[in-house]
Amino acid sequence: MDKIETEQNMASTELPHVQLGKAPLPESPILLGWLRQMLLIREFEVRTMQAYQNRLIGGFCHVYIGQEAVAVGSIAAVNPDDPIVLAYRCHGHALARGMDPKYCMAEMFGRIGGCAKGKGGSMHMFDAPHHLYGGHGIVGAQTPLGAGLAFATKYEDEVLHDGKSQHVTLCYLGDGAINQGAFYEAMNLAGLFNLPVIFILENNRYSMGTAIERGTTMASELHTKSAAHGINHAIVDGKDVVSMYQSFKSIADWCREESRPFFVEAQTYRYKGHSMSDPRKYRTREEEAREEGSDCIDRLEKFLCDEHDLTTDGIKQLTRQVKTQVREAVDWAKNSPETPMDELYKDVYVDHWGPFTGTSKPEMLQGEDE
Amino acid sequence: MANLTLVQAINLALIQEMEKDDRVLLLGEDIGLNGGVFRATEGLFQRFGGDRVVDAPLAESGIMGTAIGLAMGGLRPIPEIQFEGFLGPAFDQLTNQCARIHSRTRGGLTCPLVLRVPVGGGIHAPEHHSDSPEAIYTHTPGLKIVMPSSPYDAKGLLISAIRDPDPVIFFEPKRIYRAFREEVPEDEYLVPIGEARTVCKGEELTMVSWGATVMQCMNAIEQVDCSIELIDLRTISPIDMETITNSVRKTGRCVVVHEAPKTAGLGAEIAASVMENCFLHLEAPVQRVCGFDTIMPYYKLELEYLPDAERIGKAIVETLAY
Ligand SMILES: Cc1ncc(C[n+]2csc(CCOP(=O)(O)OP(=O)(O)O)c2C)c(N)n1
Ligand SMILES: [Mg+2]
Repeated sequence: MDKIETEQNMASTELPHVQLGKAPLPESPILLGWLRQMLLIREFEVRTMQAYQNRLIGGFCHVYIGQEAVAVGSIAAVNPDDPIVLAYRCHGHALARGMDPKYCMAEMFGRIGGCAKGKGGSMHMFDAPHHLYGGHGIVGAQTPLGAGLAFATKYEDEVLHDGKSQHVTLCYLGDGAINQGAFYEAMNLAGLFNLPVIFILENNRYSMGTAIERGTTMASELHTKSAAHGINHAIVDGKDVVSMYQSFKSIADWCREESRPFFVEAQTYRYKGHSMSDPRKYRTREEEAREEGSDCIDRLEKFLCDEHDLTTDGIKQLTRQVKTQVREAVDWAKNSPETPMDELYKDVYVDHWGPFTGTSKPEMLQGEDE
Repeated sequence: MANLTLVQAINLALIQEMEKDDRVLLLGEDIGLNGGVFRATEGLFQRFGGDRVVDAPLAESGIMGTAIGLAMGGLRPIPEIQFEGFLGPAFDQLTNQCARIHSRTRGGLTCPLVLRVPVGGGIHAPEHHSDSPEAIYTHTPGLKIVMPSSPYDAKGLLISAIRDPDPVIFFEPKRIYRAFREEVPEDEYLVPIGEARTVCKGEELTMVSWGATVMQCMNAIEQVDCSIELIDLRTISPIDMETITNSVRKTGRCVVVHEAPKTAGLGAEIAASVMENCFLHLEAPVQRVCGFDTIMPYYKLELEYLPDAERIGKAIVETLAY
């Protein structure tokens, strides 16, 4: 298939029929870079789980294992200054966008070196210089923020610079989040105001313990919900980073060109429990094994071995590299001081006021904008 | 009698009320097949079926609003919101609709529902999962607000709440869901809404608290050598000022303890009422021991944020020495 067709297969909707060519694949080194990123995220998440078990991490913690291709493929397809906004399962996107894993790990460890100074934890990955507008713990709350970020770039590009839209916002949500009212308001606004935002539904088929059919109408035709707001859609294999990239490249170009929103359902699976304490009674081990059988990393490795001269040695080398990188991140996080109590009164308000001590910056941002 | 935790007492009250009245039904996220995030509804789906233990989609506004409709329609819904932070999306339905149905219809309709919400810190949960927003809802006329501090009260208050003609928010302090057990009668009994409980009698100082901090107050009292009267509000709205007033008129001193931020918290309301009712009896200013006026911190600092025996003890000593 070399066309992504965004269907207009419902007689009742009158969406423009968008025919998007599939973007060409980049050169081998870039493809290898994707593999490295996916390996990095997986290794990072494995170490995260370990650290949680060893009580270095507390609070709630949600890992991204299984879904790596969604973040890596979509983020690779846009520009580094295109805004990204996320739900709470956010470590993978942060790493894919370029956050140094040590800041991400230190955040979960509750250490001052974390990207949010160790005050937020697993669901609080923010990296403003990388245009990463955060992990958000309230399910669905990030979706109007995505519309707003797209409004901001549109205003900047079209009103302040009197030109065409140059940016597109990536707004991720889960299949549970699709049931929040906020999402429908966001889609309506985006459709109405012609906002260049891509709503990326990471359909891993479960919202905590609720299988999608048990909580959502039209579960096998989720795109009808975006169609209701006049928003075009695509359904993408979220376990295939290549097709994620190719689809997103074309979709992002279209969104910039037309200054319009888009809805993408990325079909994927979360291998682990919802959070660290989830016995996964709501699904079978057979289902999990079947899903893990079409693993996104295995598939990219095979593709690169078959068509881009990657060797087993090459894979081993990459694996070693990411293991070292994550080990260093863990060590760095362990050595970062515990976040002290006086931090509570910092960053509540921008200005000094009463007991509040104004803004400070995480180490990660020091040296930025100065 | 059975020796139960607070969460077991809640489970038992739900079972008994559902057996007694088939107009009682539950709805919430993952409460059915999975038994709820804190397992408060464990086994109920199996026992009463999916018609009465309804797994709702991830949509708090919808859950809350649907519960209001059910209640107006003559049923006794018990919606659950998984954590107090998720009351955000339900806020409009709760404050603009639920709280006002009775008054907007000038008594023509009632809205008898019980909104169950785990609340507060102390379980290593992050921001949005550890807050104590009771003051926000106390500031909303039309809602009754209950927060038990023990398994016995949890069962008795929940049954009262379910039978109450007005909407009740039943806040469940997560920190003591499983912290200790207590003898809880198998038979039904009511703990009346609106009545505080005097946990221990004393002559020198009145301490007022509710929910999980009652336990912290008891710890503090054990460590000081003076006669303290501890009042557990149990119901936050309507507040039992009579019990507080009688006690403070006797002791002349008062310390209020709560988890929520200090500014505009319930401690302020209680202090003002004590001042109005007991002015000439007071020997010292009313003190408040509270959370800080900041966002609830990540789990590592939460125990410093939450009032503990040491901070409470200090307030006792200062108030007595005044
Ligand atoms: C408003 C709100 N309601 C409920 C929750 C509790 N909660 C956290 S994640 C989750 C399930 C979300 O599932 P989905 O959107 O599919 O994301 P996934 O976990 O699959 O990444 C729920 C119910 C929450 N954080 N916020
Ligand atoms: Mg999901």
